[in-house]
Amino acid sequence: MDYAKLWFVFWAVLWAGYFALDGFDLGVGFSGWLAADSDEERRGVFASVGPFWDGNEVWLLTAGGATFAAFPVVYAGMFSWLYPALFLILFSLIFRGVALEFRGKVQDAAWRIAWERTACVSSFLAALLFGVAFGNIFRGLEIGPAGYAGTFLGLLNPYALSTGLLFCAFFLFHGQLWLAFKAPAGAAVRAARLAGGAWYVLAALTAAFLAWSWFATGLYGNFLARKWLISLPALFAAALVLSKVLLSRGLPGKAFLASMAAIALFTLTGFAGIYPALLPSRLGPEFALTVYNSSSSPYTLRLMTAVTLVMLPVVIGYQAWVYRLFRAPLGAEELKKSGLY
Amino acid sequence: MDTLALSRLQFAVTAMFHFLFVPLTLGLGWLTAWFESRYAFGGDEKYLPIARFWGKLFLINFALGVTTGITMEFQFGMNWAEYAKYVGDIFGAPLAIEALAAFFLESTFIGVWVFGWDRISKKAHAGAMWVVAFATNMSALWILLANGWMQRPVGYILRNGRAEMVDFLALLTNPYGWLEFFHTVFAGWVIAGFFVMGVSAWHLLRRNQEEAFKKSFGAGAVFALASSLLLAWVGDLSGVNAAKNQPAKLAAMEAHWVTQKSAPMTLLALPRLNGEGNYFEALKVPYGLSLLAFHSPSAEVTGLNDIAPQDRPPVLPVFLSFRAMVALGGLFILLSAAGAWLWRKDRLAEFPLYLKLMVFAIPLPYIAIQLGWLVTELGRQPWAVYGLMRTAEGVSRTLTLRQVWSSLGGFVLFYSALGVVDVWLLAKYARKGMEA
Repeated sequence: MDYAKLWFVFWAVLWAGYFALDGFDLGVGFSGWLAADSDEERRGVFASVGPFWDGNEVWLLTAGGATFAAFPVVYAGMFSWLYPALFLILFSLIFRGVALEFRGKVQDAAWRIAWERTACVSSFLAALLFGVAFGNIFRGLEIGPAGYAGTFLGLLNPYALSTGLLFCAFFLFHGQLWLAFKAPAGAAVRAARLAGGAWYVLAALTAAFLAWSWFATGLYGNFLARKWLISLPALFAAALVLSKVLLSRGLPGKAFLASMAAIALFTLTGFAGIYPALLPSRLGPEFALTVYNSSSSPYTLRLMTAVTLVMLPVVIGYQAWVYRLFRAPLGAEELKKSGLY
Repeated sequence: MDTLALSRLQFAVTAMFHFLFVPLTLGLGWLTAWFESRYAFGGDEKYLPIARFWGKLFLINFALGVTTGITMEFQFGMNWAEYAKYVGDIFGAPLAIEALAAFFLESTFIGVWVFGWDRISKKAHAGAMWVVAFATNMSALWILLANGWMQRPVGYILRNGRAEMVDFLALLTNPYGWLEFFHTVFAGWVIAGFFVMGVSAWHLLRRNQEEAFKKSFGAGAVFALASSLLLAWVGDLSGVNAAKNQPAKLAAMEAHWVTQKSAPMTLLALPRLNGEGNYFEALKVPYGLSLLAFHSPSAEVTGLNDIAPQDRPPVLPVFLSFRAMVALGGLFILLSAAGAWLWRKDRLAEFPLYLKLMVFAIPLPYIAIQLGWLVTELGRQPWAVYGLMRTAEGVSRTLTLRQVWSSLGGFVLFYSALGVVDVWLLAKYARKGMEA
């Protein structure tokens, strides 16, 4: 058993889990106000992610920690080379979390609006920057014989920016689907309509991404070499179409599950494309950070495999229980009890 | 300043800020769970508003602790890439386990606690807070096992140009990590005890909801007294541990320059800034230092003169921080003992001056815990991993001055703003008192 390869899969799964879960929190954060018409509705919109956002964000911390433990060289490269981008993501996430927690703590309209705007800007930035970061990873970083040679402005290339927009469209759709069955009645109807419209934007951006990737990246190589991998993008496309069909049939909850699958499969497709690199290089495949040259020792990987195989199912178990526990939207009485205005 | 100095400053700023919010959660979770259990399991309705009140303060404080925690994890890679590459094989594991075993638990069950009042039984609801309290302390364990490894690296070999893990059990049973864990959580519990006593004292002075705040005060006082006694005990063990594993740290803590047997303890001293001896020394307790450091009156204690200057930590801040921390630690025992006694005799109302003092005492354990970390981390210098890797070798090579200046500036600016808002919110809710 090659544990480094297995850890590539875990790594991909943790990122996929993060985007599939926190994706809707971020979407609600930056686009929730579109569906809500009144202060009362906005409260319901923000409360709908209240019990979940923090637990979802831990998927990111786990992906980060797992990168550190299993691929320390990748962890060091990813975080120090993309320093300005990471720094902005960090602040976006800090402000996003604080905004969600502080918004309902003071009974004052100006206070709430200030934090709603903070949540909007920070969630949007986080979504965009994650897309930009992964766009650059798909495209390959400027890693040369003397190490990293790229610049921050170089990260803001058109392909990466369009991947950023794709992430935003994904999370917009995902967030509105969430609201379509979790928000107060009026907002839910609007959210379903918004999600329906957003889907076309998302589909168009996805098609553009797939076409552009053919020219701008080496993502397709693996799929052409190992045909069975094509099942990932195929399933992704199917999930994306299914989410729209389910939404049109008035089943936003099921459509949300389909869009969760779509985001996860999209992420996995991207990772399948860059394998065996975790951080591909534009300057030559020999400079890439791969499962072969940047993983931890077999001892550490074996240990982390055991820990993950024991802990992750438990985590998924109780997180699933919490989603079930709060499947019915929070009522007015409950919101009052939780102390939110 | 170069990127090394700036990165160190940034790490200090972000870690200390993060650690303004974390330690309260270590203890306040247990206290809130205890209050709620008196209601849920003991059937005492009076404890419901008490639990809800302290739980709310827990949450406001928690918000900043959680969000600023992301910085801590990202920073190892952002600013300390060389460190991350060199030790990630062994140091990354406890961090990943912390996320898997503790962060998921606390972040998920805090949501259950906040929003689940009408969705689960009251016993299960109290249980959710016990889970949160357990998870926050659990996360302290993993991060301190990681830090303990930096203080006393174990269970690794140098291979492939890095430190590779060969014995996870050694990392897991590293006494340095466990001592840091107990020292830190007990200190966090003292903070929570003083926080609860201080806020309760504020209300008792105003004769506001006296019964509920008396109950709170009592629990806080007993908790703080027990924790501060345990803290003194673990503190003593930690000193012995430092003497054994990091003689330079111990010598700096005591401004001890000349290696000698039966070393006296100097109560008053002032180390020179240039790192060569003390300006003055007074009040020597014979055998004191040997007893303190090795629990033996004749033991030899290494002095800083026998440690190469490039291997010495900065003496003055370590020395002063240590003194102040120990003095405060003693004060906590006295103040909480007085509180527990007055509460037991039901005579708190007769001593308004004491109550007022306790309001102003809220920041003291925070100061002490920050000083304690200064001793631990400055005392470890110049090493990132003691004896294995110098801090200067760990910094990211691709960083530019502009990058670190902007991130540091951003942290100072935004953290200050968020800190002010959070403390303001805490004060607002603390003053508001309990729901009727």
